[in-house]
Amino acid sequence: MGEVIFGSGGVVPAAELPDVELYHAKTWITKYVFSQDAKVIAVQYSITAMAIGVVALVLSWLMRLQLGFPGTFSFISAEGYYQFITMHGMIMVIYLLTALFLGGFGNYLIPLMVGARDMVFPYANMLSYWLYLLAVLVLVASIFAPGGPTGAGWTLYPPQAILGGTPGAEAGIILMLLSLILFIIGFTMGGLNYVVTVLQGRTRGMTLMRMPLTVWGIFTATVMALLAFPALFVAAVMMLFDRTLGTSFFMPSLVSMGEHLKYGGGSPILWQHLFWFFGHPEVYIVALPAFGIVSDLISVHARKAIFGYRMMVWAIVIIGALSFVVWAHHMYVSGMNLNFGFFFAVTTLIIAVPTAIKVYNWVLTLWHADIHLTVPMLFALGFVVTFVNGGLTGLFLGNVVVDLPLSATMFVVAHFHMVMGVAPILVVFGGIYHWYPKVTGRMMDDRLGKLHFWVTFLGAYAIFFPMHYLGLIGVPRRYYELGETAFIPKSAETLNVFITLAALIVGAAQMVFLFNLVRSLFNGRLAGGNPWNATSLEWQTPETPPAHGNWGKELPVVYRWAYDYSVPGAERDFIPQNQPPAGVAAQATITAVSAAH
Amino acid sequence: MVVALVLVLVAVGSVVFHLLSPWWFTPIASNWGYIDATINITFWITGFVFSAVVLFMAYCVFRFRHVDGRRAAHQPESTRLESWLGIATAVGVAAMLAPGLFVWSQFVTVPAGTAELEVVGQQWQWSFRLPGKQGRLGTSDPQYVSADNPLGLNPNDPKGRDNIVIVGDDLHLPIGKPVKLLLRSLDVVHDFWVPEFRAKMDLLPGLVTYFWFTPTKVGTYEILCAGFCGIGHPQMRGSVVVEEENAYQAWLGKQQTFEQLTKKQLAKK
Ligand code: HEM
Ligand SMILES: [Cu+2]
Ligand SMILES: [Cu+2]
Repeated sequence: MGEVIFGSGGVVPAAELPDVELYHAKTWITKYVFSQDAKVIAVQYSITAMAIGVVALVLSWLMRLQLGFPGTFSFISAEGYYQFITMHGMIMVIYLLTALFLGGFGNYLIPLMVGARDMVFPYANMLSYWLYLLAVLVLVASIFAPGGPTGAGWTLYPPQAILGGTPGAEAGIILMLLSLILFIIGFTMGGLNYVVTVLQGRTRGMTLMRMPLTVWGIFTATVMALLAFPALFVAAVMMLFDRTLGTSFFMPSLVSMGEHLKYGGGSPILWQHLFWFFGHPEVYIVALPAFGIVSDLISVHARKAIFGYRMMVWAIVIIGALSFVVWAHHMYVSGMNLNFGFFFAVTTLIIAVPTAIKVYNWVLTLWHADIHLTVPMLFALGFVVTFVNGGLTGLFLGNVVVDLPLSATMFVVAHFHMVMGVAPILVVFGGIYHWYPKVTGRMMDDRLGKLHFWVTFLGAYAIFFPMHYLGLIGVPRRYYELGETAFIPKSAETLNVFITLAALIVGAAQMVFLFNLVRSLFNGRLAGGNPWNATSLEWQTPETPPAHGNWGKELPVVYRWAYDYSVPGAERDFIPQNQPPAGVAAQATITAVSAAH
Repeated sequence: MVVALVLVLVAVGSVVFHLLSPWWFTPIASNWGYIDATINITFWITGFVFSAVVLFMAYCVFRFRHVDGRRAAHQPESTRLESWLGIATAVGVAAMLAPGLFVWSQFVTVPAGTAELEVVGQQWQWSFRLPGKQGRLGTSDPQYVSADNPLGLNPNDPKGRDNIVIVGDDLHLPIGKPVKLLLRSLDVVHDFWVPEFRAKMDLLPGLVTYFWFTPTKVGTYEILCAGFCGIGHPQMRGSVVVEEENAYQAWLGKQQTFEQLTKKQLAKK
């Protein structure tokens, strides 16, 4: 390889701005409850997201019990089943994954990785979490509302979502829409923070092209979310009006159960466009942070620079941009003008190219590497396998004509669980095992971690890989029961039983994880400041866990990119980002202006 | 070692599962065999890529796993390799997209002279309407729906009087004749799907959607609803009977027109 020196060299610019003065919490409550410290907010986000995630996991058990053993469990009614899938889907996508990646990982890692003391708007950041918590509570409240939560499917398609034939059309749907609205307001407060912090809050020497890919992934996903969520926001407000004020944004004239309703003139397909204009980018809002994080996991644990960093950055940005022009691939059979199919099939399959390049670069990073099979590395490998599998089945569904037989079948369910369910969740786990020592100062248990990995990775593969074939036969999704269906062979039932058993086992393995998470807090081996010998800034903090303000008296100065692993001639196999090149004395930063006060 | 072995097993196991799987498409009964062909091409290409990537990973994990004293190579990028891989991917993608778009262009082009008939969805049953002797479908609107007029035909539209209305019964189709289904819903979104015909399409209130196909095999096929439409969604079934022309004509002769239906209802009252 050539003699290019990556992201190094150049003079470190002088500080343009004085160091910031932070709000100093004086009481326990302002320190740990109404905290403005991004690290505390990150933990609050993560715990809330995982708590509600457990609900979604339990719901998946109930759904699988019904599909594996239809009619056996009298407590699962058709109404219940549809409420379960709706809550499960919505919680997993929005309240768990989006909140965890952006609110959790984003809050913790962005300031530390770019060398800032905190987010730039700490107060708005605090509000962001409390609005998120309120959104979660409203969602939970809908479970106890008269008529129960909405059972409209996570896509909430009108007119069905607000009419009597769907469970939860009384109060459940109203609470669901309110909860989404709250979530989006809260997210916007956090999201603006993440974006401005990355753009304006970087320390000296931290150029954009020296940032770890984790920051790139979270940053791009946040920009996308800020552009995509407004579509869902307006759609939710409009549907709320349709439901409560009798407007007809999405409601044409119709007869529901023999009754003429007073709606007229609206368009149900308008909702679908608004929903998927949000919904497709949402897939990448979950995927891009995962891409970023997994790149760093692979690089650190393979002791090798991520292969093709610049291409990786561009791929993230291009994928982010393209994902705003593919939304209607969810609507090939929606009744929109069929000619749109040509356009959206082409744009959709084009995204495969930058995505594939990312995959190649992940696996090429392993080539001639020094692979440490730590728990985070295992999860990263598991992610690549799962993501490649799920990404490739996307080429089926994106290719408009192939979508004709496969849409709305279990093939789709298998595809999106692989690509945006299991794959990102594996990264979440990998990330937690990786950064837990920084957050708590202790390591998580290795053996429990490996057990957790193997059961989760292989189990999830066993659930979702065979499920594609149910879809090929023609087993539809969102079917409470199949009943007697001539073209579906008996063996499909056996397969369903197998999938259900695998789902129960995978669910149980998550208890091992939670146990490990809590126990290591007290019993974990002490980690030290940089247990993985990593280069990026969060591992170079003066204290572990990092104190309020992150950096002690002086901000770090960055001299190189985040991937100086196994540099020939270097003494150790990693060079921290804030280590000056040989011969250059560390530059003193101006001491915090606050010192003058 | 174990990790590499498991990765190999995942790759090989997936391919073996695919080859041995008894779970496959239902035998096709329409002209859309091209769709199956496109799916098969896609399976081959994606299966190859999946195996290649996972086996490559397995090799790396086996060959470059940490042992004392190993140090990773320094190879931050290779624009050449990345470009070549990008181009190869683009070619693979094009190989799937090209047949896909070719078949799609047939799907969007309804052949001239294709017979039209209407499918109406409501929670939770399928109904059908065929043109009568005049060969045209009259207008309709949900506001006309009543016990006597379940599909909401416009009673003032003379074109609708002789339309054949089928509620709560099977649809029959003559074999080998292309047919264009006009789809309409009275309440929520549904989706008309016969797995043996491969194609499907949503039905929406306030809009008429369509798709076409040619039935190619005699038999009775189940209609499923593939658009979630409330708690009765899985029970929203119906049947399509594909038969020879003379059997079809015999069936057609026994059906009632809209006019006959309303008269009969009036007589009952
Ligand atoms: C072991 C883990 C999981 C299992 C066993 C599971 C199982 C299921 C099942 C059985 C359904 C309903 C299928 C149907 O009848 O249509 C479903 C739907 C869904 N799941 Fe999961 N799931 C799991 C994890 C996840 C994760 C991590 C996500 C995150 C993206 C997710 C997102 C969804 C979505 C969006 C739906 C669609 C809901 C709808 O149709 O409205 N699931 N899941
Ligand atoms: Cu339906
Ligand atoms: Cu339905």
